[in-house]
Amino acid sequence: MGRTIIEKIFAAHSEDEVAPGKVIWLELDVRSARDFAGANVVKRFRAAYPGERVADPKKTFFTFDCNAPANTIAYAQNQQVCRVFAREQGIKVYDVDSGIGSHVLMEEGLAFPGATVVGTDSHLNILGAVGAFGQGMGDVDIAFAFRYGKTWFEVPHTTRIVVRGRYEYPVTPKDLTLFLVGKLGSRGALGRAVEIYGEQVEALDMAGRITLCSMATEMGAIGAFLPPSEGLWAFVEEATGRHDFSYPTADPDAEYIQELEFDVSDLKPLIVAPPRPDNVHEVSELEGERVDTVFVGSCTNGRYEDIRLVAEILKGRKVAKGVILKVAPATRRVWGRLLKERWLEVLHDAGAVITHPSCAGCAQGQIGMTGEGEVQLSTGNRNFPGKQGKGPTYLCSPATAAASALFGKITSPERL
Amino acid sequence: MKPTLIRGKPWVITDAEGRLIDDIDTDQIYHNAYLAVTDPAEMGKYAFSNLAGWEDFPEKVRPGDILFVGENFGAGSSRQHAVDCFLALGIGAIVGKSFGAIYKRNAINSGLPLLELPAIPVKELGDLEQVVVDLETGEIKAPDGRVVARAKPMSEVALEIYRAGGLLQLRPR
Repeated sequence: MGRTIIEKIFAAHSEDEVAPGKVIWLELDVRSARDFAGANVVKRFRAAYPGERVADPKKTFFTFDCNAPANTIAYAQNQQVCRVFAREQGIKVYDVDSGIGSHVLMEEGLAFPGATVVGTDSHLNILGAVGAFGQGMGDVDIAFAFRYGKTWFEVPHTTRIVVRGRYEYPVTPKDLTLFLVGKLGSRGALGRAVEIYGEQVEALDMAGRITLCSMATEMGAIGAFLPPSEGLWAFVEEATGRHDFSYPTADPDAEYIQELEFDVSDLKPLIVAPPRPDNVHEVSELEGERVDTVFVGSCTNGRYEDIRLVAEILKGRKVAKGVILKVAPATRRVWGRLLKERWLEVLHDAGAVITHPSCAGCAQGQIGMTGEGEVQLSTGNRNFPGKQGKGPTYLCSPATAAASALFGKITSPERL
Repeated sequence: MKPTLIRGKPWVITDAEGRLIDDIDTDQIYHNAYLAVTDPAEMGKYAFSNLAGWEDFPEKVRPGDILFVGENFGAGSSRQHAVDCFLALGIGAIVGKSFGAIYKRNAINSGLPLLELPAIPVKELGDLEQVVVDLETGEIKAPDGRVVARAKPMSEVALEIYRAGGLLQLRPR
């Protein structure tokens, strides 16, 4: 019987029989923890395995991104606990100057086509963007993975989605992503893997692939997987210096638990209203609502392409009076490129406040939270009540965020 | 050896209208305001402190009690706190229509029994002072022995981890 993408990846990393519903022992190419839960991983490891070594320090990493550099003493303490453990064990730390861990793992070539990666980030399945299996886990799981380099996993069923048609700018990969989240709902793919196909998907650049895979979590999915694309290969070759990867693809006779088909030819810019990510509307339905704060960044939309697009829209203009535009690049590499190409200067001149790479507001990090009644537009992936403060949060594309920042109210980029 | 028959008062997590609450996320179970707490024993008092109508749950619940929950329980973040807070209160098992994928793993790994039951008999459970949950067969019985519902039994690996007292007590095969 044929295999789906996740079954292919698992079969290459396990001696057990791989079939949906079966529990297998899975070899892990990368085991990581971030500053959130990292100290708990260390605490669990020390208690369960006193005096013992991690299975392989070269495959074990810390990535600090939640609160970077720490702005609370508790986080500073937790980061230092991880650093001390890392020194003892010979583990590399991508410290508070690096950016979002999942993105760093891709840029550094540690997550590559066919790889298996675990960490304490619930959006680690974003690594589907490079054809890797990524999985967010709790601290008990990660302590075990550090020690043994493997974990148990129940092989999920796979849902196959085909997206027909093409859209045109100002519809963007984020709108495609929100469209699918809206169609599937928060548990439409609960406990399953998802494969997404179609001409539009194959045309996505790396930033677009990242955006699409980043919100598999908001569909309840174990992860999302895409066919390879030109944008993917350019990225992977730069990250790894290698040209010899074989991308995991599904067999023609692979078995799917569900097959869905959608048409995106008429897709319009979309926006998520409070209080949850599957509350999706066309931007035009909500146009005119006041906006106080606009946040551009996160693992979903913090790439160079995302932030450059915002800068291009704002070039030579100013954000509306009273609107605060906050920008946080995903990684140091993204930040550096935007800086050297002077896109940050464009954003500065438009009135933005720009910060160093991190998860920023999404993880109660360093670019400010919202107060009660403060309406926020975010390019992130979650808007649960209270997550980023007391104010209501809407989720949208970088283009919609930029257009809305210009007018101080929810505005479709179709108006630009 | 850990017991595979769990006996306790059933708590059906419903809203003001008596309907099961779906999609209870980890921020509602254990809010991120208390993430800096690292001592599991301290986490019990924050369980459901951000779930409307259930803020006083930690004061009412007793060790061994059993939770019955809706769809996608534990959606959202990977925080172990959202499992540890129930362990701290001595919750014997959680029976739910479905669970968030990461939450399900975290519970299994910490030795908190989870059972999946697609149809929760809300009214019937509300009338019972006690139920017995059989982790091996999935049967949920009233004190008189009557089977109230049949959940999916726990998987072999989940039972193995539970019996060992948690994943960290095991070695991989």
